[in-house]
Amino acid sequence: MSFITRGFTGRGRERDDRLPPGQTLVGDFPVLSAGPTPDIDTADWEFTIRTESGAQHSWNWDQLMALPIEDVTTDIHCVTHWSKLGTGWRGVALDTLFEGVDTDYAYTMAHSYGGYTTNVPLDDLLDGKAWIAFEFDGEPLDPEHGGPARLLVPHLYFWKSAKWVRGLVMMEDDEPGFWEQNGYHLRGDPWKEERYW
Amino acid sequence: MSDSPTVPTASAVPTAPTVPRAGWHVATVSRTRRETPSAARLELDVDGWPGNAAGQHLDVRLTAEDGYTATRSYSIASSGDGSRVVLAVDELPDGEVSPFLVEAVRAGDMLEVHGPLGAFFVWRPEANGGAARPVQLIAGGSGIVPLFAMAQAHANADDPTPFRMLYAVRTPDDVYFADELAALSAAQAPFRLDFVYSRRAPDGWSAPPGRITREQLEAAVIPAADRPVVFVCGSTGFVERVASWLIELGHDPRDIRTERFGGT
Repeated sequence: MSFITRGFTGRGRERDDRLPPGQTLVGDFPVLSAGPTPDIDTADWEFTIRTESGAQHSWNWDQLMALPIEDVTTDIHCVTHWSKLGTGWRGVALDTLFEGVDTDYAYTMAHSYGGYTTNVPLDDLLDGKAWIAFEFDGEPLDPEHGGPARLLVPHLYFWKSAKWVRGLVMMEDDEPGFWEQNGYHLRGDPWKEERYW
Repeated sequence: MSDSPTVPTASAVPTAPTVPRAGWHVATVSRTRRETPSAARLELDVDGWPGNAAGQHLDVRLTAEDGYTATRSYSIASSGDGSRVVLAVDELPDGEVSPFLVEAVRAGDMLEVHGPLGAFFVWRPEANGGAARPVQLIAGGSGIVPLFAMAQAHANADDPTPFRMLYAVRTPDDVYFADELAALSAAQAPFRLDFVYSRRAPDGWSAPPGRITREQLEAAVIPAADRPVVFVCGSTGFVERVASWLIELGHDPRDIRTERFGGT
């Protein structure tokens, strides 16, 4: 149903092929949060994967830092229409964290300090597609951007990259988390513009 | 919560009731007017609009003759069942969409909109399924838009819930919905409005202009002991500052809902 808007010319004619539809490149780093920024000390921080058997795999901050750390350069796309290209992160791959995890479930619910949740299929977390990230642009991750550590799943809209992440719970079925219950898409592929449902 | 050894199975954050389904609609601009020196008010008649709750937003998509498109999100200043939707858009100096909406759009123009969007930063009257809890609204600049929608919905419903609004704004000339806010203060529904001016205060104002302080915040918000739901909307710096002070003042983080400006 798209039609021409009278008088609108726009300006960003040199469209970058790395920009998904409906996205605009930004220079700053906008913040999308539903509530206050939690204050989390790395001394208290813990990340846990829990499976259907009740098994819990947990890492404290020092244990996370002792794992292989990867440098990640990637584009990120927020559902609120901004994108950043070539952003630099450091983190631990979810592949590393799932090495000793035995599960038949195909879905996860990411839980954050502060109580927020978002659902992510396990396939979207493995094979070099997702990290627990704790550095952005060479600096410790700012609390307002999810520090001390956030999930980084850059091939999905950025709300899936849960800020202040504290754990993943394996799920048999794909159930909506907080953001999805409030209108965001169950999967969130920016190239298909899966923003809302 | 940070020392808990287990991951919770249920979110501690309240979930939203069902909302009208979002979709693409054709909006006809029925009226425009200057809101402040840098902002315009746009009244839209949206074909097929399912109505919206106070605090929701929509996406506006503009299309150039060569097919180039630009999409941005805007908070809605109105609420209710009708097809009338009011926006108030601040013109960002380096913006691509906001200067067009503020300077070029006129009555009779058509725009593509997608919405209504968002189900968390929303207030509903008690008669319409909302919780009977006091409400504190805290706006920074154009962050007033969704909060004005809540205050207006409260007045329209004659809702008995105590409402209080703190509006941080640069100068008296930058106040959005000035006449409507004055009318709300005189309406039957309990509503109290406080201003903080950052650049220039009205003549004879009690406090010198300046960035909001924790003391001003504490003096102008419903105390934590009364368990208000608090909605904060503004720039990221404003929201971060205010929300962290609210927590220091004893407000439960789960009672604080925030919305921030995104890109241009």
